[in-house]
Amino acid sequence: MSLHPDLTQLIFGRLTWHEILPEPIVVGTFIVVALGGLALLAVITYFKLWGYLWREWFTSIDHKKIGVMYIILGLVMLLRGFSDAIMMRAQQAISFGHNVGYLPPDHYDQIFTAHGVIMIFFVAMPLVTGMMNFVMPLQIGARDVAFPFLNNFSFWMTVSGAVLVMMSLFVGEFARTGWLAYPPLSGIVSSPDAGVDYYIWALQIAGVGTLLSGVNLLTTIIKMRAPGMTLMRMPVFTWTALCTNVLIVAAFPVLTVALAMLALDRYAGTNFFTTVLGGNAMMYVNLIWIWGHPEVYILILPAFGIFSEVTATFSQKRLFGYASMVYATVVITVLSYLVWLHHFFTMGSGASVNSFFGITTMIISIPTGAKIFNWLFTMFRGRITFEVPMLWTVGFIVTFAIGGMTGVLLAVPPADFSLHNSLFLIAHFHNVIIGGVLFGLFAGINYWFPKAFGFKLDPFWGKCSFWFWLIGFYFAFMPLYVLGLMGVTRRLSHFDDPSLQIWFELAAFGAFLILLGIFSMLIQFAVSFMRREQLRDKTGDPWNGRTLEWSTSSPPPKYNFAFTPLVHDIDAWWQMKQHRYQRPLGGFRSIHMPKNTGAGIIMAGFATVFGFAMIWYMWPLAIISFVALLATAIGHTFNYQRDYYLPTEEVAQAEASRTELLAHV
Amino acid sequence: MSDTTMTMSGSPEPLKFHVEGEHHVENGTLLGFWLYLMSDCLVFACLFAAYGVLGRDYAGGPSAAQVLELPVVAINTTLLLLSSITYGFAVLEMQQNRSGPMMGWLVITGLLGASFIGLELTEFSHLVSIGAGPQRSAFLSSFFTLVGTHGLHVTCGLIWLVVLMVQVSKKGLIPANKRRLMCLSMFWHFLDVVWVGVFSFVYLMGVLP
Amino acid sequence: MLRLMLQMNSIRPIARGPLFGVPCLHKQYPFPFSVASPVMSMKAFRRLLLLGLIPLSGCHSVLMSPSGDLALQQRNLIIDSLILMLLIVVPVILMALLFAWHYRASNKKAHYDPEWSHSTMLELLIWSAPLLIIIALGALTWVSAHKLDPFRPLDRLAAGKPVPVDAKPLEVDVVALDWKWLFIYPEQNMAVVNELAAPVDRPIRFRITASSVMNSFFIPAMAGQIYAMPGMVTELHAVINKPGEFDGFSANFSGDGFNHMTFVFHGLSDDDFAQWVQKVKAGGGELSRDEYVKLAQPSEQVPVHYYEGVAPGLFMAILGNCVPAGSTCVDNRAAGTAVEEGAMNSGHDSNGTAAMPMATTQ
Repeated sequence: MSLHPDLTQLIFGRLTWHEILPEPIVVGTFIVVALGGLALLAVITYFKLWGYLWREWFTSIDHKKIGVMYIILGLVMLLRGFSDAIMMRAQQAISFGHNVGYLPPDHYDQIFTAHGVIMIFFVAMPLVTGMMNFVMPLQIGARDVAFPFLNNFSFWMTVSGAVLVMMSLFVGEFARTGWLAYPPLSGIVSSPDAGVDYYIWALQIAGVGTLLSGVNLLTTIIKMRAPGMTLMRMPVFTWTALCTNVLIVAAFPVLTVALAMLALDRYAGTNFFTTVLGGNAMMYVNLIWIWGHPEVYILILPAFGIFSEVTATFSQKRLFGYASMVYATVVITVLSYLVWLHHFFTMGSGASVNSFFGITTMIISIPTGAKIFNWLFTMFRGRITFEVPMLWTVGFIVTFAIGGMTGVLLAVPPADFSLHNSLFLIAHFHNVIIGGVLFGLFAGINYWFPKAFGFKLDPFWGKCSFWFWLIGFYFAFMPLYVLGLMGVTRRLSHFDDPSLQIWFELAAFGAFLILLGIFSMLIQFAVSFMRREQLRDKTGDPWNGRTLEWSTSSPPPKYNFAFTPLVHDIDAWWQMKQHRYQRPLGGFRSIHMPKNTGAGIIMAGFATVFGFAMIWYMWPLAIISFVALLATAIGHTFNYQRDYYLPTEEVAQAEASRTELLAHV
Repeated sequence: MSDTTMTMSGSPEPLKFHVEGEHHVENGTLLGFWLYLMSDCLVFACLFAAYGVLGRDYAGGPSAAQVLELPVVAINTTLLLLSSITYGFAVLEMQQNRSGPMMGWLVITGLLGASFIGLELTEFSHLVSIGAGPQRSAFLSSFFTLVGTHGLHVTCGLIWLVVLMVQVSKKGLIPANKRRLMCLSMFWHFLDVVWVGVFSFVYLMGVLP
Repeated sequence: MLRLMLQMNSIRPIARGPLFGVPCLHKQYPFPFSVASPVMSMKAFRRLLLLGLIPLSGCHSVLMSPSGDLALQQRNLIIDSLILMLLIVVPVILMALLFAWHYRASNKKAHYDPEWSHSTMLELLIWSAPLLIIIALGALTWVSAHKLDPFRPLDRLAAGKPVPVDAKPLEVDVVALDWKWLFIYPEQNMAVVNELAAPVDRPIRFRITASSVMNSFFIPAMAGQIYAMPGMVTELHAVINKPGEFDGFSANFSGDGFNHMTFVFHGLSDDDFAQWVQKVKAGGGELSRDEYVKLAQPSEQVPVHYYEGVAPGLFMAILGNCVPAGSTCVDNRAAGTAVEEGAMNSGHDSNGTAAMPMATTQ
């Protein structure tokens, strides 16, 4: 380095060579990731796919493609989050007595933090958002979302956050604080290095995307439903999407503020959560859970919606108790704001406050219980075909009942005094997040995949995946319930008591089964792609579905519907089929469509650079990238030509080819 | 569940299942922007809550009564309230499609907003110079963050205002620009409402015994 | 479902040894039907369920076989709540499996009614069944949360054994440091690092705080946990009913050395406790303010250390973040006296009497 040290510091901030690839175990990972990445880039370049990807995907404002990209992001990050999980399971299974395992505490601490952050923010959230993005506009008979460009921008902001988290693997380190980064531990005194800053900026940037996407989808549902689709005729998945997005809009600002105050404490020396000069760390814990509890409902509600669609479709029967399903969803939405304190009964808020929050928490189990009964009575007198999505649903009902029960148990404050922060708690929330959210998303992926790509997923590998996940889940987490009752606390990397080891080994075995489940799913995608001709869905309605998305072709045309549907019933498409509805073969008109734009990905790119610069104190770069971000945004507003008319001929052509396809069914 | 007529049993008029011709979707921009404002409102709600929790934690530093000066804030409040009125006049002109007078009112609005920011910055720098910066105590941290976030919003509004004026001068009062002016109008009035909260909750309640 | 299976297994009166762990449970938990009453009492039912849980966790399940009255009541509460919930969870699981099986498409005998989607009676039932359970559980919650509030002084040492009127609780001030525990005994004027002892059947009042980050003070055998937070005091009133050595640890992640933030808690007879106090007082120097500052530096796997004396007012100084000699204790709620251009008063000396913010709601 021939630069003057001051200048080096000005440009590079606190980033030095020592920060890059600090640990040998990470070097190995880096080599694998780098080789994989290079191979991917080479393939894309060799097949000259860059232009295609840029034009058709990266700059696309089509809600279907953005939905698919969200889901791909979620699945890729699932691999990362799961590698963290299996590393933890391996460490805990071997680290007994004199064996300290293979992960030193500071590395182990990063892994459990990263695991939580990634699984919630960059796996569950993208999968849920992707699902809503893809399905909801089709279900309400719309041609796109209300703000197509914003949708693209939101997606890339989420990617930007994920990129920052991934960067922390190789440049510097990630937070060692647990996934909610409680101060004072996450304050500048106890965590002076870049880890917590990665955490803050990754979540802030991704949070902008999530919030905007919430506003977008909410507006879409309110304004763009097909004529005749009153609120009480909306499909249940759309209802849950509505409630989820209400929660997103009303909860994420709280996270933004909490993290902003933490950032101010770290960067500007303020005293919100410090231990001196009046700071109050309990306020952070309250704020983060005022966001954090609605967040779990943000994740579970769409899963509930998916189960509702799947159960009705595969029972070949109307959903039982539609109205009570809707009210239950709304009640859960409202109540989710009144329970946050149950995450820290042990902070000593006093018996009355604790019991208030304990009881409100329990009350949530009433609408949730009603929902479960509604699914059961949908199956009752049905004619159930056990396609893969339905398997996930039955697996969910059984698993979730157990998880719900342990959750209510934890809501009893004195019981929580014993079980708080124990592995019992870990088992509980994995029980509801895996058994609820993830099972739901997998059901949804198997259910709507043919709609997105025009061919079904291979059922054999789907079933393998389901059974590996289900059995693996019980092996991995039932031992944790037991360990929790033995008083074993969470986030430990080493144990002295050898009698615990067998339970951790069982749990590790469970994680291994889940790994097989994930592999099966990847194989399922590959096999389905190779067998796509046999699995082809020519009808657009492979499951004999009930809602509007099944009325259009698979995959749907850009414009979704050549004519906007008119809705008279909850199960709109079911009713159309019963009335032997004939799709029109002529009279098409040109369709008003939004135009692709690169502004979203460019702005998110600047946001990534800005985040990185802030993390490493590279002030000039931070200023430059922020100004560039602002300038691009303003520049984009000067573009008034954001739409075009898809010519009548093209619509007619697309519809004609569908007519031909339908003739061959 | 279904409230349709029973066409299955041979009712004369069969149900229609698609819209003949083009279906015009309502524009959702104003609703979307309003939803965004509600989320922004929650940002302020949290900052108010933080101030509510920390606003008396002086930690040996100055109290609100000791450092906040009501006369300055009174002027500031007047400026911002006036700017809301002038923006209102601008919107009235916009509805008459008179872009000249509208631009005039927008300029006045911008000047009022800029003076508001200028006064606020003066106040801040004075506080820092007497050792009452945001690092001094939790009270001051929450004070600076709440008031500063509002100020930041006003600054963004000013930038937006300038951009919109350029756009109106280039494109005229086309529907897209009118929509944007209405969004900024909501934003501007929203900031006014928030400021009323800041003024009463932070300044008045802080200074009065 | 797993629970149910376990429960069924345990009904077999064979003295089957637990799958894992030592077969000691029969001594502690007599067979549930030994009451020999035709109606199974709640207690018997609780034991039954416990038998279902215990074989799984052997005798190591400290939460299920505690040694302190508070932990015992918490255990009973856990089991009672579980029983209440199993009333509805078991039928749900059974119905899920039964419906899924019976209404499979290949079963042509099953009744199929594609339009059936509403039944007022059923809806009433599916909302009211969980509601009833929650009403019962809510009542249990309200009562138990107040009865087992850690801030509330004890009124009993064990079931049927009220606290004697003249009993004065043992005072222990707990400080969670990076990464070890400091226990100050104000009556005995002594302090111990990473070891705790108390006489059996005497109420203990813990006042708990932390030096830098949040921890959670937890002795599972004795009572539930409560957070230890810097600048704040939480309280725990508890009692240990059986002599023995019990594990204590931090149950809230607090950084790299968190793993070894453990200590042994000795439940001792009065005589043994007196001897233990003698042992502590026998040497090890005084915990002066300087010594505390040194001790508070981050360190891991710290061996047990005894201090024969403690600097006066140390615990309050730790709370006020003003231990080092010459530092002033700042009252968070105190404002500076005057404002002068250029020079602010850097702290308001309130003569060492720091405000003690409680973690309770105000």
